[in-house]
Amino acid sequence: MQRWPVVLFLAWVCFLFFAGIGLFMSGFLLTRIELASSSSCSDPLVPPPWEGQSLPPGSCWAPQRFSKAVLVIIDALRFEFARFDPGKASPLPYENKLGVLHHLATSQPRHARLYRFRADPPTATMQRIKGLTTGSLPTFIDVGSNFASYAIQEDNLLAQLVQNGRRVVFMGDDTWEGLFPKKFFRSYFFPSFNVKDLHTVDDGILQHLYPTVDSGEWDMLIAHFLGVDHCGHKHGPDHPEMAKKLTQMNEMLRSLVDHLGNDTLLLVAGDHGMTETGDHGGDSEKEVNAALFVYSRTPLFGSGPPEEPETIPQVNLVPTVALLLGVPIPYSNIGEVMAELFSGDGDTVSAALQQLSVYHINAKQVDRFLHSYSLVAQDLPAEQLQHLQELFSSTVEEHTQLLAEVQGTTLVPPELESRLGSLIGRFQLYLREARAVCTQSWARFHPLRMVGGCILVAASCLLCYVASELATSSDSFYRSCLLYPLLWGLMGAALLGLAHIFTQEGLDLLLVSSWAAAASQMGFFWHWWVQHPKRARLVGSQPPLASSGLRQRLRAWLGLAFPMGILFFRCGAMFSDSFVVAEARVAPFLLASLVMLLVGKLHWDGHLTVPESPKQQLLGFSSYRKDIWYLLCLVAVLLVCVRLSGFFHQCREEIPQCRPSLFLSPLASLRNTRAKNLFYLLCVALLAGLVYAVRSWLRHYGNLNSSDPLVLFVRWGFPLVVLCIACYWAVASSTDDSLGKLQELVQVAVVAFPWAVYGLASVGLLLLLCNPMTVFAKDTRESAGSIVTPYLGVPSSEVDFLHVIPQIYKRMQESQKSRLERGSCRATVAAYGLGSVYSAALVIALTLLGFLLMLLHSERLSFAFLLLFLEAFVLLHIHTCARGLAGDAEPFSVPWYAVISWLLAASQFFYSTGHQPIFPAIHWNAAFVGFHLDHSTNLLPAVLVGANTFASHILFAGSWLPPAPALALCV
Amino acid sequence: MKEAEIRRLLAANLLCALSIVLTAVVPSFFLEGFTVLGTHLTWLCVCSVCVGALNVILHLALKPSQSPKRSSFAQKISRFLKCCIYFFMSCILFHAIIVLYGAPLIESVTETFLFAVLLSTFTTLQCLCILGPNIQAWIRVFSKNGAMSIWESSLQITTVCSILGAWFGAFPIPLDWDRPWQVWPISCSLGATFGYMAGLIIAPLWIHWNRKQLTYKSR
Repeated sequence: MQRWPVVLFLAWVCFLFFAGIGLFMSGFLLTRIELASSSSCSDPLVPPPWEGQSLPPGSCWAPQRFSKAVLVIIDALRFEFARFDPGKASPLPYENKLGVLHHLATSQPRHARLYRFRADPPTATMQRIKGLTTGSLPTFIDVGSNFASYAIQEDNLLAQLVQNGRRVVFMGDDTWEGLFPKKFFRSYFFPSFNVKDLHTVDDGILQHLYPTVDSGEWDMLIAHFLGVDHCGHKHGPDHPEMAKKLTQMNEMLRSLVDHLGNDTLLLVAGDHGMTETGDHGGDSEKEVNAALFVYSRTPLFGSGPPEEPETIPQVNLVPTVALLLGVPIPYSNIGEVMAELFSGDGDTVSAALQQLSVYHINAKQVDRFLHSYSLVAQDLPAEQLQHLQELFSSTVEEHTQLLAEVQGTTLVPPELESRLGSLIGRFQLYLREARAVCTQSWARFHPLRMVGGCILVAASCLLCYVASELATSSDSFYRSCLLYPLLWGLMGAALLGLAHIFTQEGLDLLLVSSWAAAASQMGFFWHWWVQHPKRARLVGSQPPLASSGLRQRLRAWLGLAFPMGILFFRCGAMFSDSFVVAEARVAPFLLASLVMLLVGKLHWDGHLTVPESPKQQLLGFSSYRKDIWYLLCLVAVLLVCVRLSGFFHQCREEIPQCRPSLFLSPLASLRNTRAKNLFYLLCVALLAGLVYAVRSWLRHYGNLNSSDPLVLFVRWGFPLVVLCIACYWAVASSTDDSLGKLQELVQVAVVAFPWAVYGLASVGLLLLLCNPMTVFAKDTRESAGSIVTPYLGVPSSEVDFLHVIPQIYKRMQESQKSRLERGSCRATVAAYGLGSVYSAALVIALTLLGFLLMLLHSERLSFAFLLLFLEAFVLLHIHTCARGLAGDAEPFSVPWYAVISWLLAASQFFYSTGHQPIFPAIHWNAAFVGFHLDHSTNLLPAVLVGANTFASHILFAGSWLPPAPALALCV
Repeated sequence: MKEAEIRRLLAANLLCALSIVLTAVVPSFFLEGFTVLGTHLTWLCVCSVCVGALNVILHLALKPSQSPKRSSFAQKISRFLKCCIYFFMSCILFHAIIVLYGAPLIESVTETFLFAVLLSTFTTLQCLCILGPNIQAWIRVFSKNGAMSIWESSLQITTVCSILGAWFGAFPIPLDWDRPWQVWPISCSLGATFGYMAGLIIAPLWIHWNRKQLTYKSR
């Protein structure tokens, strides 16, 4: 077969899949880059002072208005929960329960106010806490400096408070502990995960809240109540329990207000809302509509409240609180200050000037952030940034000019007021537009792209299926399946490029490539469809065969139905959240079912019984063939492997009662020395056993009899690799203090041994790539005239056989050659040990890869790898055995059940090597195998962690060709 | 003759199905607080025993296997003992297979075993009743064109239906509906039971509709 078309075709299919996945991801996975910079008191953002006002001591950027603040977060406090409508005759369970807010807002309109608090999606608690403290829009993936920990790396309100010497006290949801490690002056964390538990967190907070408030040892107090959220999850909002919970919150707020001093700001906020079923996470109106209540004993507002509560975005809280408390605004904030809180007691002009100064600070900070963000990432559109920049500089200039005029007292109040008003409007416009630009690129799904990506991937799957059917039947396969589609795709890309040139818009590479992919797919399907009728007519020209062909086809389809049904079930399970969570158990279940089904079908078709002799037919008895026991043993081994592999599971946080497998932790974490030694010896014995098994398998099937470098490598390199891994494990699992003086040596060894393994493995893979033959090969070109040596008597010894048989073989080959390839002078290679000539190379490559991947995992997961190899081996054996029993003659056609069981085994071992498709379950340690300190680039750790994560898929996909090893096994 | 036999089969199967329904209803009159879901283990026992007993009685009454030769008392005893051993072994085998399919190994052993007993009652016991402790006959019946009478066809259908039902019963377990029947092994045993009942009802109908195609090899 031609080599380049195949490679090109595979590359093209890869491109199709990547384009589809990329398109989907660009619509679904919102990403943002975290900036490491943080604001400080000395940043030159302060506007020019007016009326000679200077900052009082202890204030940064703006004069401090409150020395203390209490932030009460009531999880999932929807706006409707906080609103009080006295006219309502029969309120729902969640309505009119927070009476204290209404009472405060009506009796002291200049002290208290209720707002609609718009949360940005995703409305999950952790993302909301991030938003409420950094003033930014957290996405699902915040690309930061450190993936491995939850801790917020970005500049945030708490960091600013701590940096400026404030004491932050926290009580409630223990999510904060992970997000802000070691930031709190004092903290009372309560477990948050059990959503069925309505009271632990709330009662815990209530126990500590008032004593802490009264003690006065704090500057910022955060209390995060979870009861309302949990009540929503358990009962939904429309339930008497919710009424009780809200009444409890009401009582809590009532007494809290009594405990507050005059210099304290009280903020009551919901981090998100909830739907009618009590869920949250999406971007529906009810989920994003939370409540915010502001109160202080000193007057806050210049005027009374508006009729309808104002709507403010959640990010606005951060700059407001920061400036009210006199600390710098966090660096990445994109919120806008709530200016009415800064108006103070003076007349309108001084209030407006004060507001202008905070707006000025805010705008400068946002501008600084946008500037630094656009330097590291290109996801904000350039022209809009340009526009914002212009707006900002003109507004600031005007502000400076205005201040100069105010100082020169050249302006009279009416004109001054209008100019102040318009300037405030321009600042607001700038801040809102800046936020809108960020929201557009960070907090919005693109459903069209998601659907497009799904369609593209589904069409690619269909294409693969069609291509696999076509490849065997069509002669002009590559012309129709590769050339034309590629031309179509290139044409599509070129057209798109031209269109872009004419419309002068920015070229999105991803969009162009997905359009190209779609066009080339259309090309493929079009040519396939055009060719299709011809073949149908050819079949139709033989009328007697048509009906039987139809029945046969129907039967073939029925045979396909079972494995395909299981495949479709697995695909469908991806759309169910519960099945995604339980996938670690679904994949083995389906695999076991598929294999049992295979055995059942073989039995049903009578392939397992010996053909009935007339006598037996008379009695109606049947008996099994002998090799059925072999098959049954294989199936039993497979099932045991599948079950045992379940012991290496990792847990998802959705299942609280789950305990991760003990085998996942590295040996170094074991306290018991004897157990540690035992496990270590077992692991090393396992490695040695694997090498021994591979070598003896290769030798058994006639490999390793040439003197190629690869054979030498298998003989000597494999044990060396095992030795290095064993040494590395020994060094890595030893405790630090036990080695005393050898410390420095250990430091070297920890790096040197993995590198030795990397080096050896890559040498082995290179050798394999250069010369994959491990059998004795002989070129027959130069020895054209040789003949079989004369007969020397009866071949008595093995040596004689070794001498004679190759010659006979050669002679046969020559006669074949002279008959078939007369005139051509291509070299014919005679190889001995043909049974495993293909599979030996694969086995060697897989073993090497297996060693590499085992090195990246924790020591005891090598048991899982052993199971993996065993299961793969058994699967192939079952496959060959079943084919043998079913009497299938065609060696290179792979039935669908084999492919699907292979796929299921791959995903089963993804879970059984201690992985889960969630971020906390990624084995970050893998990035530091062979590297003592941090990496300079991101590429290498990404490769290592990726290899660790997809170990099972690499090993299974690396041997994607079941028939080749299977062929070897059955010879 | 065939019509009459199909009618007999239908009657027997309906009786079996009815007995299963009764096991869900009747015990609550005698046992305090008995429900199928709440006291599932009790129901499993009651159902297995009832279905088993009914099958044996029906077998003795209808004699579908028509064994030609009379056997001595000692032979009968040895057949009976063999049947008991086979049944017990099938329980163990089902238990092992269920565990290999992912059931918990150590916790809830009782539940798993009783589920295995139920499955054995629905499948192995029937085979034992109709075919006797004769493995070769079993092998014959469970292959294509292997059934030799409508009783054996019915056996094929009910057995496959029970096992399929148990298999499908595992599907709702991971769902987060928080229903009491999603607990191991309730959904599976209910699935097996419904599968068995469906098999009991489908078998006579299917045989009736296909009676032209079904030509059993006579001995």
